[in-house]
Amino acid sequence: MLNRHDISSKDITMIQIKIIFCYILFIATLLLPTGKAFASSGDTEELDVSEFIMSHTSDSYNWHIADYKDKHYSIPLPIILYSTKSGFHCFLSSKFWHGHSYKGFKIAEEGAYKGKIVEIDESGTHLEEHPIDFSMKRSIIGMIFSCILIIWLFVYFGKQAGKFIDTAPKGIYAFFEPMILFVRDQIAKPSIGEQKYQKFLPLLLTLFMFIIINNILGLIPIFPFGANVTGTISITMALALIAMFTINFYASKDYWKHVFNPEVPMFMKFPIPIMQSIEIIGLILKPAVLMIRLFANIMAGHLVISAFIVLIFIFTNMFGPSVGAGVSVFSVIFGTVMTFLEILVAAIQAYIFTILTAIFIGLAIEENH
Amino acid sequence: MNPFLVINDPSVAALAAAVIVIGAAIGIGQIGSKAMEGIARQPEAGNDIRSSMLIIAAFIEGVSVIALVICLLVSLK
Repeated sequence: MLNRHDISSKDITMIQIKIIFCYILFIATLLLPTGKAFASSGDTEELDVSEFIMSHTSDSYNWHIADYKDKHYSIPLPIILYSTKSGFHCFLSSKFWHGHSYKGFKIAEEGAYKGKIVEIDESGTHLEEHPIDFSMKRSIIGMIFSCILIIWLFVYFGKQAGKFIDTAPKGIYAFFEPMILFVRDQIAKPSIGEQKYQKFLPLLLTLFMFIIINNILGLIPIFPFGANVTGTISITMALALIAMFTINFYASKDYWKHVFNPEVPMFMKFPIPIMQSIEIIGLILKPAVLMIRLFANIMAGHLVISAFIVLIFIFTNMFGPSVGAGVSVFSVIFGTVMTFLEILVAAIQAYIFTILTAIFIGLAIEENH
Repeated sequence: MNPFLVINDPSVAALAAAVIVIGAAIGIGQIGSKAMEGIARQPEAGNDIRSSMLIIAAFIEGVSVIALVICLLVSLK
């Protein structure tokens, strides 16, 4: 049916092997400059491994791009603060570089608030009251970027969707159409049911596509990508809250009856509400586990990849640069392999989040009494 | 000696993480082996078995991941 040249199966395997090899080379070249840039900065100073790894995986006020010849290249991000003393403030985070303070604010260097913005008085001591922080940190900027990408892609797909009725889809739409059909046929229909799934399909599709695209963009280590969006607990919390509100908002009468008046012996629910408290804890725990699972899986993947890269500097510090150079080969290979594993994890976690949301919705809207 | 001081030690958190991984590995291994058996007996039910296998593995993973996050918090303290 497809107008292809006649290719024998042996050629196809060779082509596949070549394509896989090219992918590995491509990702290895993406990882190499990361390793090289840091190798030049870690000469004699003491290497703090957990500090290094955490600063690359967790959220921050700057978008750090590279270190080259003892110079840091970062993009400053907007900081928005509300202080009860002096009202709203809005400025770029470059005002804080090299430990400076600005308008009476400062990034704390030690103590319980390390890494967060605190307010200081004239003598430089921290005030008791902390400003409320609405800053657009790295993950927010990364999320805005990926949202623009998703909106652009899916508005285009919406226009394309009706065009391929008799023919096979073409272009990037051909890559995404099976994913959309997968969400509809494998996730929404079996868990919610044939009659009611259509109301929840937009939500499930949005969740699935948002999570999978952010997971995969987070794995690309060059500038406009690489913000650890789904590995930020506040963003997964927002996703889990959306799921929680949807589940409870559309819940049927039977669901609430099951929560507040379950069919158990009287002594388990009347003087002391044992069953009710367990059910209410369950209402909160289900989305909480969704939040922590996505966060921890993506965060763990980034930690492992950073740990393989930081091995280079540990060995350089211990045995000198030549041993570090030798280790860097293995670090890059293992980092590449881990990146492939993380692509798999990215897809599985998006699937798990979406199908668990769909199953909880399906259980909540069910009326069978 | 205060026992809670010992629990706060990072090496204890690492040990706890090892125990968690053993438990989760046993659980997920059981699921995987049974699912493989099921698919081998009835290949046409493969898709259903595979998706429910992933969901149950996600439940085990959820519990173990919460425990691992607690370990991480203890060790970073």
